[in-house]
Amino acid sequence: MSTVSWITARGLFGRRRFLLLLPLPAVLVVLAVLSRALGVDPGEWGPAVLVGLGLAVVLPVVALIVGTGVLGAEIDDGTVVHILTKPLPRWQIVLPKLAVATGVSAVTVAVPLYVAGVLADSVRLGLALAAAASAGALAYSALFVALSLVTRRPVLLGLVYVLIWEGLLGNFVSGTKVLSIQQYVIALADRLAPTGLLEADVSVPVAAVMTALISVGFTVLAIDRLRSFSVAGETS
Amino acid sequence: MSATSADTRPTTAGEPSAPTVSTLELAGVSRWYGNVVAVNDVSMSLGPGVTGLLGPNGAGKTTLLHMMAGFLAPSRGAVTLDGRPTWRNPEVYRRLGLVSEREAVHTFLTAHEFVLASAKLHRLPDPAEAARRAIALVELESAQDRRIGTYSKGMRQRARVAAALVHDPQVLLLDEPFNGMDPRQRLHMMELLHRLGDAGRTILFSSHILEEVEQVSGTVQVMVAGRLAASGDFRTIRRLMTNRPHVFAVRSTDDRALAVALMAEASVTGVELDRTGLTVRAGDYGAFTRALPRIALAHGIRVRQLVPEDESLESVFSYLVEA
Repeated sequence: MSTVSWITARGLFGRRRFLLLLPLPAVLVVLAVLSRALGVDPGEWGPAVLVGLGLAVVLPVVALIVGTGVLGAEIDDGTVVHILTKPLPRWQIVLPKLAVATGVSAVTVAVPLYVAGVLADSVRLGLALAAAASAGALAYSALFVALSLVTRRPVLLGLVYVLIWEGLLGNFVSGTKVLSIQQYVIALADRLAPTGLLEADVSVPVAAVMTALISVGFTVLAIDRLRSFSVAGETS
Repeated sequence: MSATSADTRPTTAGEPSAPTVSTLELAGVSRWYGNVVAVNDVSMSLGPGVTGLLGPNGAGKTTLLHMMAGFLAPSRGAVTLDGRPTWRNPEVYRRLGLVSEREAVHTFLTAHEFVLASAKLHRLPDPAEAARRAIALVELESAQDRRIGTYSKGMRQRARVAAALVHDPQVLLLDEPFNGMDPRQRLHMMELLHRLGDAGRTILFSSHILEEVEQVSGTVQVMVAGRLAASGDFRTIRRLMTNRPHVFAVRSTDDRALAVALMAEASVTGVELDRTGLTVRAGDYGAFTRALPRIALAHGIRVRQLVPEDESLESVFSYLVEA
């Protein structure tokens, strides 16, 4: 484990907001277990729990908390200067941080989604959801890490993207779905395990290409912005 | 000390080894935010030794330091370390260390973990030894295994200095380094800066407290309202400002007779006599200090004491601000 990822992980788990990660996945599992135990037809609860809660809320929110936590929190409290005053090419700072963010988000989301997928349909759906959510975690993390460097309010902007763009506009303006990570995850999961539970609005090639483009594009943006990182210009 | 690599890069912190001299150069550097000019056309060259960057709050010291440390792009002009720009060039951190003003530390780490992490990020060949030396240099050994979150402000500052010194940089920039330190820690830090400066390191520290600069450094760069108002040895700067009276406290075997004799001297603009002695105002520092022994000798008066009263940085500074 590189020193940058070690400090990042220590910082992430050392902060109290890490506890925010726990309730959402727990709710997802509890709802799935309850629905299954009560004998409700998966066709009724599956889409609501898996997509409505799991992919539309738990995945982006967890990725937002973690993604803005690995770099944004350090920029906020100024500790980022310690890492930046080292003779490291900036990609050696961004990539380990992105890896930690993606890894933590993927594990936090993929495990409950796997459980819920198994309960709703099959192990195959569980694995498909876990894999697609992991790809989604990478794309979301790249987006939110980059946001930490382009704005002073990455959490707010991230929430606007997740809630307004993906959540609200996605329901009314179909065109926005082409730029929705949530839709890519649904399309990928549905391709890996075709069931009647997931309804994809974008094609699989579009989903795959866009996921890769977003991941790479925002990572490159983050590296470039970190090269030009300016300390807030207060004069004292 | 562990083996040094083939290049001039130092491998461990500690008592400074024979350094390669580094020069930090600012050429016509300005920085503005919208319509506000924070730093206005500053040029300076910093070589080995300790230099104080002095100025009131809002003078642009931090902005200037951030540009030197590569954390801010100059709007105009160039900041270079040994000929290479500091902006967008992480390689400069092999030779440059920064202790920023903001009290930002990873509170969840112990000082040892924190300094060791710095050594590793610098890819030093023996990070453990470098960390040990850097911690010893700031005398933080006894607390090094406690979380930094439990430290006092002064201890945190020392932990940050240790982290900035772990790679034994040629250039060390410190923004208000004495903030929050108790007198003993302050003294210790001053000694450390002296030692590093004497060993050929280029040390620049900012301060708005005059005594600090006066005690640590004979060389000052004075900033007022974004401009470099004065530069050089602070006593010399004071002497150059001949349009202001210089005040001396003089004691002699016959103060009254000396007062009379001094009034005839052209460089003297005023004399005050009280029980403790004479307070003499002189328009020309050099002329007065040359004239006094001659006058005293001619009148058979023995001068017991001659103290330039306003030679403190405080007065230099207030003159500059008034000017």
